[in-house]
Amino acid sequence: MKRFFGFVRKEFIHIFRDKRTLLILFGMPIAQILIFGYVVTNEIKEARIAIYDKSKDAVTHEITDKLLSSDYFRLAKTIEDEQQIEATFEKGDVKEVIVFESDFDEKLHHEQSAQVQILLDATDANMANLLQSYTSGIINDYSRHIKVSSGNMPAIKPKPRMLFNNELKGVYMFVPGTMALILMLVTAMMTSISITREKEMGTMEVLLVSPLKSVQIIAGKVMPYVALAFLNGVAILALGYLVFDMPVHGNVVLLLGETLLYIIMALSLGIFISTVSPTQQVAMFISMFALMLPTMLLSGFIFPIENMPWPLQWLSTIIPAKYFIILIKHIMIKGTGFVFVWKETLVLLGMTAIFIGLSIKNFKIRLE
Amino acid sequence: MITARNMVKKFGHFIANDHLTFQVRKGEIFGFLGANGAGKTTAMRILCGLSAPTSGEISVAGYNVYRQKEKIKRSIGYMSQKFSLYEDLTVRENFRFYGGIYGLPRKRIRERTAYLLEKLNFSHAIDKKIAQIPLGWKQKLAFSIAIIHSPRIVFLDEPTSGVDPITRRQFWEMIYETASREVTVFVTTHYMDEAEYCNRVSIMDQGRIEALDTPARLKEKYQAANMNQVFVQIAR
Amino acid sequence: MKTIRFLLQKEFIQILRNRTMLPLIILMPFIQLIILVNAATFDMKNIDIYVVDQDLSSTSRGLVDKFEASPFYHLEGRSFNVEDGREDLLTNEAEMILNIPEGFERDLRRKNQASLQLLINAINGNAAGLIQAYSNHIISGYNQHIAVEWTQGVAAQKQQPLEVVYSYWYNPEMNYKIYMVPGILVILVTIISLFLTAMNIVREKEMGTIEQINVTPIKKYQFIIGKLLPFLIIALFELAFGLLLGRLIFDVPIVGSLWVLFGVTVVYLLVILGFGLFLSEISDSQQQVMFVTFFFMLVFILMSGIFTPTESMPDWANKVNVINPIAYLMRIIRMILLKGSGFADIWQEFYSLLIYAFLSLGLAVWRYRKTA
Repeated sequence: MKRFFGFVRKEFIHIFRDKRTLLILFGMPIAQILIFGYVVTNEIKEARIAIYDKSKDAVTHEITDKLLSSDYFRLAKTIEDEQQIEATFEKGDVKEVIVFESDFDEKLHHEQSAQVQILLDATDANMANLLQSYTSGIINDYSRHIKVSSGNMPAIKPKPRMLFNNELKGVYMFVPGTMALILMLVTAMMTSISITREKEMGTMEVLLVSPLKSVQIIAGKVMPYVALAFLNGVAILALGYLVFDMPVHGNVVLLLGETLLYIIMALSLGIFISTVSPTQQVAMFISMFALMLPTMLLSGFIFPIENMPWPLQWLSTIIPAKYFIILIKHIMIKGTGFVFVWKETLVLLGMTAIFIGLSIKNFKIRLE
Repeated sequence: MITARNMVKKFGHFIANDHLTFQVRKGEIFGFLGANGAGKTTAMRILCGLSAPTSGEISVAGYNVYRQKEKIKRSIGYMSQKFSLYEDLTVRENFRFYGGIYGLPRKRIRERTAYLLEKLNFSHAIDKKIAQIPLGWKQKLAFSIAIIHSPRIVFLDEPTSGVDPITRRQFWEMIYETASREVTVFVTTHYMDEAEYCNRVSIMDQGRIEALDTPARLKEKYQAANMNQVFVQIAR
Repeated sequence: MKTIRFLLQKEFIQILRNRTMLPLIILMPFIQLIILVNAATFDMKNIDIYVVDQDLSSTSRGLVDKFEASPFYHLEGRSFNVEDGREDLLTNEAEMILNIPEGFERDLRRKNQASLQLLINAINGNAAGLIQAYSNHIISGYNQHIAVEWTQGVAAQKQQPLEVVYSYWYNPEMNYKIYMVPGILVILVTIISLFLTAMNIVREKEMGTIEQINVTPIKKYQFIIGKLLPFLIIALFELAFGLLLGRLIFDVPIVGSLWVLFGVTVVYLLVILGFGLFLSEISDSQQQVMFVTFFFMLVFILMSGIFTPTESMPDWANKVNVINPIAYLMRIIRMILLKGSGFADIWQEFYSLLIYAFLSLGLAVWRYRKTA
């Protein structure tokens, strides 16, 4: 046992000596949380629009003012003729062009109707959708305001209530997602690479002939990463809680316990990758493509799984991060207890067992 | 061919080479002996232009190591302590690559490869990958590659560490053969029996040259039966 | 020039001979492209709803039918108790509860007004916003419908004084995939080229072969070019193949000039490759370089505007994006492919990238030391 701790200490020294890696290890979650918190947002704020006003009368000016006085739009360009529209879109300066037909005021008063045209750069379909609905909303409001009287029309008024997240804040998505991503990468990627490194450099054989048991060797190698990953997880939670007001409604002990379980799962995955990779480069590539992008995209972190085609929904069931994200959201936001998350916990435990089993099998084959 | 006067190399406060002064003549086999960490490899790296000296007047093949590093590189061959052939390339491809970056024409590369392999009796394995070749052969191949461009000086950094006595013997035959063609050989080793094969040896301890002479005269001076005893006396 | 040829020959043999890496380099990106483009979608369909209809009138049933008929919704369950629905919301089996109170039809007939409740799981704020928007859409459609029915068509005459018409340019079908394909392609090309170069020199360092090269009279620029070109070629090949796949599988339009696109990409890759080499030169182990590279990658990808438009980002983020090469290509590739923008539209970005390429390659050449 004493030998074992000596070995663990050596591994810690290795990691702590590499200041650059250490800095990034802790800089990464912070940078990511800040980016998600402030940068990655779908909200429309001061979107750049262009206006092509063929009429230039009191009404069109008033509508323009209404649009621009909202926080959503900013006038980037005034267009004077038809040809300019396409050129403007191609330059990529504006996402929306609003066209008022000529003699707007006059038509409105004599024919009771005038037309506003909204042209959208729909290369980004979501953005176009949102811009369109915001613009129509503002114009319709104005429309209602100039309508003489609406008469007695039956109306159903929906009263929406946003459960669990009143203000539709993004933290609820990105704190669990970032945790899932970072913990996965720190543990699985780092362990797989550091074990493969020993293999590649030939130092693994030296360790294998030492009186340490191979289980002890592997455990010793991964121990520091468990500790670092756990610290990282706690740092992300603290940042989310302190800076972004992420609630922690559920049991903190349960939360940390599940985090540890996820780390151990990622660890066993990392060990498994190292048993199948001949070189560090391969280990890195597998971690990169098989872990990073799927963890970002197939786990429900950024895009809801329910919207995906069924083969991908099926695929997402083997992405560990999916279960961790569900777990975390349950515990932190909904404040539910273990009864609601036992299934996910079981899945993570099962995955850990499978990866460890496979690793041991591969390891034995190699030694024979 | 090599002249060093008061060569000093410091890493921070640690002095790796402490005022080394020596000369190596043309066609000579010059042994550089010393315990691990005595400063042998550091000195050799400076002479090859891989590392800049802190101070001292040093010239290799008539070129200054401060200003004419690239000219030196054309005239020397180097075999590093770390194994330096590409494991995933074949013998032929390794020869072609190194010959190519020394600027040899393709025809000359083919001739040299054939000639050097012929001498090694290894022509049959020309298309084998390095990874499949035993260590002793790899070392001999690495030496052949170090002289593919017919350098005037060749530096060998512990070329025989980890190989069997028979291969070591063959290796030294290659060194002799090379030196017989007026090529200067500068070799570091910690096998004292190998020191006997050198024309002259210098023995380093803690960054300083403690002795420099022919093996015979050193044995006489320290009244020892073999170089091993000489070394033990100096290093003590 | 001849020296460079030998270097290239060696690098290519090594790459092509590597039986584990080669399939990874070639296949992975395309599997990723196909999977991720399908995964990266905000298109809402089959939103699971839970209906609590406490009114059970013909009006309330009519509304529920409308929801059921919509392709966006899927009826997950129904009961008379909101608590049952909440249970489903907690277990993620439903995303929204449609709660129609008792007396709904009566209120509507008598007061011309009735309300109902939408309880939406809002943990994913974006999705919740969209769910609400879709629901409002259905409800206002139903409003119109009953207005016409109840007033025998009088209401239909009352048109809005301001008619709003809209058209979606470049992507009338609002296909989100054609927006994502170029974006994911940029990411894949970047990952491949950055990681392969970044790991390359460190690997030679770890293996000891770099020493042997350093004692040869090879010139710095020859070495750098020899190391860059193979990966530049691989990356361009991946881009070409990815575009072909995008065209065949996802119907991505290629409106603009491919020459311009490839021209810009070459410059972009020089930036990335130079950066990769530089990182590789300052690192001691593959693990370290991988981690440093990974950090920059993650930050640059997220800020590049791949998932969310850069326009929505705060000013400081846009300032940071000035040094983010991925943001440039992300913008340019979408402009060229989807809108057919020409060189005249992107020259500013192009020259910025060009300057950047000089800096990054300069840095790589400057930092490459043949002497330790």
